[in-house]
Amino acid sequence: MKWSEFFVTGEPLIYAADVAIVLTIIGIVFVLTYFKKWKWLWDEWLTTVDHKKIGIMYIICAVLMLFRGGVDALLMRAQLTAPNMKFLDAQHYNEIFTTHGTIMILFMAMPFIIGLMNVVVPLQIGARDVAYPYLNALSFWLFFFGAMLFNISFVIGGSPDAGWTAYFPLASNEFSPGVGNNYYAVALQISGIGTLMTGINFLVTILKMRAPGMTLMRMPMFTWTVLITCVIIIFAFPVLTVALALMTFDRLFDTQFFTMANGGMSMLWANLFWIWGHPEVYIVILPSFGIFSEIVSTFARKRLFGYKAMVGSIVGIAFLSFIVWVHHFFTMGAGPAVNSFFSITTMAIAIPTGVKVFNWLFTLRKGKIRFTTAMLWALAFIPNFVIGGVTGVMLAMAAADYQYHNSYFLIAHFHYVLIAGTVFACFAGLHYWYPKMFGHLLNERLGKWTFWLFMIGFNVCFFPMYFLGLMGMTRRMYTYSAGLGWTPLNVVATIGAALMGIGFIVLCYNIYYSARYGERDMTGDPWDGRTLEWATASPPAHYNFPITPEVTDLDAYWVMKKNGNGLEVKEEQLKPIHMPSNSGRPFLISIAFFFAGFGLVFKWFTLAIIAAIFIILGLILRSFDDDDGYYISVDEIKRTERLARKGA
Amino acid sequence: MAEAAHRYDETMPLEYRTEESRLNILGFWIFLGAEVALFATLFATYLVLFQRTGSGPTAKDLFEVKDVLIETLLLLTSSFTCGLAIFEMRRNRLSGLLTWLLVTLLLGAGFITFEIREFIHYVHEGATMQTSAFLSSFFVLVGTHGAHVSLGIGWMILIIIQLLQRGFTPRTARKVFIVSLYWHFLDVVWIFIFTLVYLTGMVI
Repeated sequence: MKWSEFFVTGEPLIYAADVAIVLTIIGIVFVLTYFKKWKWLWDEWLTTVDHKKIGIMYIICAVLMLFRGGVDALLMRAQLTAPNMKFLDAQHYNEIFTTHGTIMILFMAMPFIIGLMNVVVPLQIGARDVAYPYLNALSFWLFFFGAMLFNISFVIGGSPDAGWTAYFPLASNEFSPGVGNNYYAVALQISGIGTLMTGINFLVTILKMRAPGMTLMRMPMFTWTVLITCVIIIFAFPVLTVALALMTFDRLFDTQFFTMANGGMSMLWANLFWIWGHPEVYIVILPSFGIFSEIVSTFARKRLFGYKAMVGSIVGIAFLSFIVWVHHFFTMGAGPAVNSFFSITTMAIAIPTGVKVFNWLFTLRKGKIRFTTAMLWALAFIPNFVIGGVTGVMLAMAAADYQYHNSYFLIAHFHYVLIAGTVFACFAGLHYWYPKMFGHLLNERLGKWTFWLFMIGFNVCFFPMYFLGLMGMTRRMYTYSAGLGWTPLNVVATIGAALMGIGFIVLCYNIYYSARYGERDMTGDPWDGRTLEWATASPPAHYNFPITPEVTDLDAYWVMKKNGNGLEVKEEQLKPIHMPSNSGRPFLISIAFFFAGFGLVFKWFTLAIIAAIFIILGLILRSFDDDDGYYISVDEIKRTERLARKGA
Repeated sequence: MAEAAHRYDETMPLEYRTEESRLNILGFWIFLGAEVALFATLFATYLVLFQRTGSGPTAKDLFEVKDVLIETLLLLTSSFTCGLAIFEMRRNRLSGLLTWLLVTLLLGAGFITFEIREFIHYVHEGATMQTSAFLSSFFVLVGTHGAHVSLGIGWMILIIIQLLQRGFTPRTARKVFIVSLYWHFLDVVWIFIFTLVYLTGMVI
């Protein structure tokens, strides 16, 4: 391979990105060296097994990926603003919509949700950490290096360009000869392994590590949604693992799974992809429902309406999520019987989802509502998400879908459910749990600016797309002619996208502003919360709770506050606390995964094998590791707790 | 992890005594659930593709009963000896445990040897992964199982070393128990491969 093929060349945008990447790396190295922070970085972050820090790292990466995916989106909108634009060529446009989709789902939505899960779930169930803290660190670093591997495709070797669904035969060697789709197959595989382990980890954590008294039906709704999400992850992600492995074999070793000759079947890819892909969208939406449930209940100051119905509907949605995948390709022509079955199962999802919407509305009814930023996101979610849901039912009708399929109507639909569902939830959750993570609140005024800019921008951007779709504009087209009459609505959509971009910038500024001037949270309970994460300091000590809380009812902390002073800690009750030790191995193993993946992408098998040996070495060292963790002495707990209370 | 991690329960078998062990064993069961989904996908792929032989050989042309039967017997026996190993562990007899683990390991290695021979044989007949969709899915399904068995052998060796170094502890006992779960699981998968791939392939 020539160097000129190794590095992507020929585009001013790419050269600018090269310069930006090099400058950023130099900047980071300089800052870390100048402030002598290397040791801090290693000790406090790279080797940590603390679920709160891992969660924060997930969220930081997710915000960075939101930036990357958002820039992709803005580039696409710029190209589509006017007919016959010459801003991006067809190939570049293909690469950008592919990376936009893949990054937003797998490297933005997933890690954002998993980050919030990491921070909140152990606190909500009164646990000291997750069941397998070491594995949790490994999950994060695998995700991180998977994401990095995917992102460098931009400047090294070339990005994938067959869409985020990577349908065959387009994604085969024959039609996509570059390394782009190798990146897709390998990078998603690496981060997918991390996600699967997260699923197992949190399932065991929630099943086995709840505080005494917290029965399943006393669990906070967010924890419930995470529990069910973990079950979906455990059964859906292995399908992705296999699908990507088969893709890798087809692309690297010329097997015949999805080829056009020798018996290969390209439709098999579409089926495998969506058998994972549809549950995947529920993996990102169910925890979002959980986040909204917590926020609506807290800021309406009422117990969640219809708790049992909520739980039942999550379980129902999880079950249905596995039997609707064909609705993504009704037009493939599976026949009326098959299409009718999947059409009906798809429409059936509207029932449990509708139950949930009414539960949120009834929770609000007669509540003493406080319009905080987090609550605004939750309130905006309901109508926006319903628009996405109703158009989803329209798409679910197989016969009608032949008209909408792959049009901008579809684009508008899934952005209405994914942005109004998941992205709103991520922002809501970020504002809501921010004080718990960092000890200070995000500024409410700036938060509300973000909300209005982003929410209005979102509607201005995506609502016209329903009409563009009905007017015949199909997805993934990189330009169009003036005579089609799509120009005005496209201009409107671009304005909306710009507003969303400005909203994002305000959010970033808010993070900076609040770190410097934000209100400190001395109480640990800035929102008058209901669940156990508010019963401990903000940010909590690394052992979370000085004593394990006893739970007597749903809304455990609310009940404690009503019956007394919340979670009271008497010093004589303290016992030494056992905690897991930090380890640098998850980080190092994941670097080895990165190089193994890089070797596979370029078919440099020597590099891949050497890196694989390092991975195995890491596993062997782990097997012989008999570190039992350590104890925090009662004196140290006393000191930490007194310090926390002096702050209050 | 908390104090709970060291909540010690004398009444339980050695591998279940610490809370950490109980968590790890449950987690491994759930992992096996994910493995079921993984193999189910591979089986589904195989069943979709197995008559799509293109210009290559069919299953009937290729499979030979004798070799596959030997593989099957070796692996099924190894599952039984693995069970004996756990039985010896419950009786607190280290030498018995080690002996049966070693026998299991050798039977597993025998299985892998025969499988590799089988694969080489097919390749010599011109039936490679690249020949047809049927063969791609065959090699990937059976090969994934074989890779699992190989990994299991390496893992068992590590555990035997730890048993020799440390003897019976709640930790080593738990590791033996978990690797045995893994081993039995691979046996179950093989039964499906034997029926759905080989037996079906020889009839249809």
